[in-house]
Parts: sequence; structure tokens; C-alpha cells
Amino acid sequence: MIVVGELALWIALVMAAWATTISFAGGALRRSDLIASGRRAIYATFAMVLTASMGLWTALLTRDFSLEYVAGHISANMPNVYVFTAFWSGQAGSMLFWALILSLYSAIAVYSNRERNQVLLPYAAGTLGAILLFFLATTCFKANPFTRLDWTPMDGRGMNPQLQNPGMAIHPPNLYLGYVATAIPFAFAIAALITRRLDAEWLAVVRRWSLLSWFFLTVGIVLGMWWAYVELGWGGYWAWDPVENASFLPWLTGTAFLHSIMIQEKRGMLRKWNVVLVVMTFLLSIFGTFITRSGVIESVHSFAQSPVGSWFAAFFFLSTGATIYLVATRLRNLEAKAELESMVSREAAFLYNNLVLVGIAFAVLWGTLFPILSEWVRAEKITVGPPFFNAVNRPLGLLLLALTGIGPLIAWRKASTANLKRQFVLPAACGLLLGGLLAALGMERGYALVTYTLSGFVAGTILQEFYKGVNARRSIHGESIPRGFVRLVARNRRRYGGYIVHAGIVMLFAAFAGLAFRSEHDITLRTGQQFETNDPYGHHWRFISQGASTDKRFNRVVTSVSLETYRDGKPIGFITSEKRQYFDSAERPTFEPSTEVGIRTTAKLDTYVVLAGVRGDVAELRVTFNPLVIWVWLGGALMAVGGLIVMWPQAERRRTRQAGYVSVLAPAHTAVSTS
Amino acid sequence: MNARTKFLLGGLLVLGPVGYLMASSIKQTGVYYLTPTELSTKLAADSTFRDVGVKVGARVVPGSIQRDPGGREYAFRVTDGAQTFPVIYRGIAPDTFTDSVDVVVEGRMGRDGTFRATNLLAKCASRYENAPQKYRETPGYKAGTVGGSRA
Repeated sequence: MIVVGELALWIALVMAAWATTISFAGGALRRSDLIASGRRAIYATFAMVLTASMGLWTALLTRDFSLEYVAGHISANMPNVYVFTAFWSGQAGSMLFWALILSLYSAIAVYSNRERNQVLLPYAAGTLGAILLFFLATTCFKANPFTRLDWTPMDGRGMNPQLQNPGMAIHPPNLYLGYVATAIPFAFAIAALITRRLDAEWLAVVRRWSLLSWFFLTVGIVLGMWWAYVELGWGGYWAWDPVENASFLPWLTGTAFLHSIMIQEKRGMLRKWNVVLVVMTFLLSIFGTFITRSGVIESVHSFAQSPVGSWFAAFFFLSTGATIYLVATRLRNLEAKAELESMVSREAAFLYNNLVLVGIAFAVLWGTLFPILSEWVRAEKITVGPPFFNAVNRPLGLLLLALTGIGPLIAWRKASTANLKRQFVLPAACGLLLGGLLAALGMERGYALVTYTLSGFVAGTILQEFYKGVNARRSIHGESIPRGFVRLVARNRRRYGGYIVHAGIVMLFAAFAGLAFRSEHDITLRTGQQFETNDPYGHHWRFISQGASTDKRFNRVVTSVSLETYRDGKPIGFITSEKRQYFDSAERPTFEPSTEVGIRTTAKLDTYVVLAGVRGDVAELRVTFNPLVIWVWLGGALMAVGGLIVMWPQAERRRTRQAGYVSVLAPAHTAVSTS
Repeated sequence: MNARTKFLLGGLLVLGPVGYLMASSIKQTGVYYLTPTELSTKLAADSTFRDVGVKVGARVVPGSIQRDPGGREYAFRVTDGAQTFPVIYRGIAPDTFTDSVDVVVEGRMGRDGTFRATNLLAKCASRYENAPQKYRETPGYKAGTVGGSRA
């Protein structure tokens, strides 16, 4: 199976080359036989990449340590779950994983469009073939997971224990599913540019794929934050690390696109802008993969430093150049069909939203690349860290939050004073009430107060919209409130799903602002000694060390310290934090010890305990009070739910599909297929 | 006012502050990232550079790490091959902080020639994946030769 897999990888490379050439040729010559051949080559590429992936999974699960990739990433005593996920934990495997997802997506996109979009399809298939070709060539020539060692080790190096975590098992695939999904909109944008058919046709295909990408990126980013929070033990979930930024960038431009697409659908405006956003989102995804994989920017995370960097750079500049050429020669076809009538209108609000999102993306990109840029320009490496990103993104983020509330309230074309008064009174009152209340309770931080005021405003907007909708259904259809609510969302998935996403955003902002009040204590405790302090809400906490204990479990030795914890004098149990040292099957230690954080979560506060070290019966600990952290995860989950509601195919469409119109290929992906 | 002007105006309204924020924040929060040699050159040329916070990327000299028994103060030396200087760091050191790893220390160089770090980042050099060449030459495996990556 392993040899078959290796062979399949090379066949896939040939197939991708064939798909590219023949699809473009078929499109240019308008020959349907060539187009059909290109289509089949895409399916064949998928089949071959899948076979190659099966080969690698076989090698991993049978623990064939003669393969460098297997020897380098797993050990014999690792649980099978993490052996399975080791597929994408290293560079060579993750390149193959990219190719696997891309070929799957391509096959679905080509299949679901095979009877429609006949003009666009060959060029889109050709573009997808070209991207596949790049990834497969990089895999084959620069990072081949099937490379054999000239000797067979007894055991492998194992996996970094920090990666042996359920969050880390599903975070990368989600991010990849998101990154790769941006390739489909890109391919259709290129096809639309080449054929000069830049109307609604390509947008219809692209919207669902962009949503899919947005969904997976959102889930992937939030999982990554969760992983960093519970596993890395520095007390936070976002550090503006280059790798984190890299995943955030396509999310920002993708979010901008999902908003601006509505303007084009409704008013025929922002057509150039939409093409640019689609292309930018794809390029930023490539850039993200490139940053993660090349180690070009010094990052604590830049685990990978390798020869694929130059290939990525070449691909990046090539696709940028091709796009700029295509857009420049087709400006005429991209003229807007309507004009902006007023600066106070929904169009304008969306425009601001787009500018802010892209502004944030630009600032984040700038800050991420600044060490490189400053080295080029001034021959001095200057880094910017969290202070820079916070200083820039706090005001911009708040502006965005305000727009989240304003956008849905304001009328299309031109808002009248009556419209403004009718819509804004209640939400604005909500915001001011919340802000005033918190100020009265003694909240002093300016940014936090503004955030909560705006959060109240946006929450008011969302509630008002739902109230109006449900009320209307009650008076027209005589439905009960819960039934009306469900029907309302079901009948207008895009709109109300979007509001649910906004509600998630509000939770996130509220949680971010909570961090303004976090406090941190470094303590040293002997067995039986206690530490007393107050949390940000003024509650009194007492921690009593129970001493250190060491025991051996499965493939690790665990040193743990438990703190008996009292809050306002009442016992609330033990908080335990650990240091783990992993071993390979020959009992030799692998990797440095890793930290297992003890976290006690409530709706208001996380009590976060890290064991820094143990000497004799002296434990060194860091106790952090992190307010409102749980709302980051809940907000993220709510955003994912909202995203799913928006993506879910409408009932009518499903019926047409059952009538045999579209896809039977992958029922789980029906949301993906276009209509 | 035609549409083009409105677009431009709206754009300026948002992008102006973005640009301003970026420029001012870089000025306020940008930190030099230097090697030990670059730092000593800078200090020789301009002694007021001592008061500027810098980041230094270097390698820990093997065997130089000393922990103060009571608290959590670390004393160690870092080098880039040409220049070596002592560092004092107070705080929790990351798990990866061991002998001869690459570290980034952030702080100030004191007049006594000791670097006082307020922040310590460690990256395990062997975690980089370009290690296989080296790894092939090693018979068997050693602790800390780490593969793996964060996607």
C-alpha cells in the first residue's frame, strides 16, 4: 500500500498537469471533448491523491519507521489517534494534506458545475489544476513524505507532547479546510476575468465556497486559541504571533467579501473590489501556509524551516502577477452599475465595514512583516509585538463593532431621519444603559467601558431585529413565539444566521474587554503553605498547596501539584496543574517537559494555575485570574452555528436536488455545491 | 458630490486613522531585534542606546544556566559565537528553555554589562524540521531531538 501510495502521488502530479493544460486548451478552443477530459483528470487527481494519502496513513499506522516522515513524527507507543493526526503534523504530510483537500474540493466544484457555467468551468478547472500541480510538485520534489531512510530505526522520534491534545488534532485540519476552500472562489474569479463574464454568474458559485472557507477558518482559529490557552500555559489565547496572524488575515478579507458581495447582489456595486477581495483572500491563505511552512519570520511557532519556502514565494508572486494583469486588462468589464447615493446608507455602512476589515488586515500584515521590511529598508531588524497590534486594532475593532450594530439598522440607498430615529432608539438605549450601569458599578477602564457600551448597542440591534421578525410572524401566521422564531430563521437563513454570527462577535468582544482586568500572581509554596489574594471582582481567594506528587502513566511521567482552593471562605475543591515528561518505548525521555494547566472555569472568571517547577516540596506556581474567558469559546461556537445556518441549503433547493439535479457525490457537502 | 468623491472621502475617513495609528504605534512600540554582536556595536557607537529596550536573539551557552534557589531568577550567558554576555531573568521560563537552545531575550543592557531581561522566549533548535540531515548522522535517538510542527 505504501509503494502504491508513492506511485499514486506521481500519477497525481501528471494528472494535475494534464487537467491544467487540457482544461485551458478546451476553454480556449471551445472543444467539449477536451473540457470533459480536463474534468475527468480532476477526478483522477483526487482519486490518486486519496490513494497516496491512504499510503501515508498505512505507513503511519503500521509504524513503518523506514520512512523518514514516520520515523520523524511518531513513536511506537503513541496512541493511534495521534498517529493518525501525525499525517498533517509535519511539513511533508501537511503539503500532501493540502493537496488532498484541494483535490477533493476541486472534484466537488467541478462535479456540481458540470452542467452549468459551461463557459467558466474549463478555466476554473484549469486554474484549480494549476494550484494542485504546484502543491503536488512541491510535495514530490521538495517535501516528499515517502522519502526512505537508508536505515530503519527501532523507534521514531514521537510527537511533540504539546501537539498531543484533542484541540491540536482538529485545529490544523479545520484551518486547512478553510485555507484551501479559498482556492475555489479564486479559480472562478480567474475564470470570470479570463472570459470577461464578470456578472452575477461567478458570484453565485463563489458565495457558498467563501462561506465554507469562512466557517472552517472561524472554527480553526477559535480551536487554535483554545489549544494555546489550555496547552501552552502562558495564560492567554492570542499573542499576535506570525502564525496566528497568518490565519487571521484571510479570515478578515473573507469576512469583508461576505459583506460586500451583498452590495453587488443588491446594487451591482463594488465589482472590482469583490474580485480583489476574492483574490486577496486566496493569496493570504497561500501566504499563511507559506509563513507557517517556511519560517521566514522569526516566530516561536516557526517549527518548520525548509526548502519549500522559495517555491511558495515563486508561486505567490506568479499568481499575484497574473491576477494584476488580468484585472488591469479587464477594468472596463468591472464598471459599477449603480452609484453610491448617500454616505448614510446601508451601502456606505458596508463600505466602511469593508474598509475597516481590510484596514485591520493591512495593519496586521504590516506588523507581521515589519521585521523583514525594516531589515530590507534600514538594514536593522525592528520587531513589533502585541503592543503594536493592540494599539492599532483596539480602536479599529471597536469601530467594526459599532458598524456591526449600525449596518442592519440603516436603510438601503439613503437613510431618512425617520428611519434613523425609528431604528436606533432602542439599541442605543441598550448600549448606554449597559455602559452607564458598569460605570456606576465602578468600572474605570475607558476601552472596556466603550466596548461594553457598543456590545449593548449591537446586542440591542440583534434583539430588536429578532423581536420585529417574530412579532410579524405572530400577527400574520398566528404562530407562537418559539415556533415563530424557528420559522423566521429557517425562512431567512442568510439574514438571521448572520445576526447569530454577530451575536457571537459581541460575546467575543465582551470577553476580550474582560482581559483588561486580568491579574497575575507568581507564588512559591511549600506543602501546607497558603496564598491569599482577591480576584478582579473583589472576591477573596485562598490556595493551600497539597505538595507535589509524581506518578507514571502510559507514555509519560507526571509531576502534579494540587491547590486546595477557597473562595470567600467556602471550599470549592482542588485545582491541579502538572508537568509532564514524555518517554519513548525504550524509556528514554522525549522532548522537554510540557505543562498541563489547571483551570477552574465559571461564567465570570477563569482561575488559571500553571506549575512552573518543583524542587523538593517547594512548588513554583503562577496563578492568573482571567475574567470572561469562557465567552470566547461560546462566542466562537455561536459564530460557527450562525455560519452553518447561513450555509445550510434552503428547503426548496434540497427538493430540486432530490429530483436529481445536482450532487449525490457527497451528501455531507451539499451545502458546498452551488445553486 | 459625485460617487467617486464620496468613495474617496469615505476611504480617507477610515484609512487615514488606520495609517496614523500604524505609524504612531510602530514608533512607540517597535523594538530593535539584534544579535549580541550588533548590540555591542550599537553600544560602542552610542552609549545612550543602553536606555532603549531591545530584543536579542542568541544561543544559551551550555552549562551556564543557574537558578537562584529561593525564587525564580535565572542567570545564564548567551552568545552568537563572537560576543557573549550574561543575562539575568526573573519570571517563569518556558519549558523549552534548556542548554544551548536559541532564545530571544527582551530587556536592557545594564552598565555592568549584564543584560536584564523582562521577557524570555526559547525555541528548541532541533524542533526545526531541517534537522533530518543532522539526525541521520546520529545513531539512535537522543532526548530533545524533536520533530513536529504547528500547522
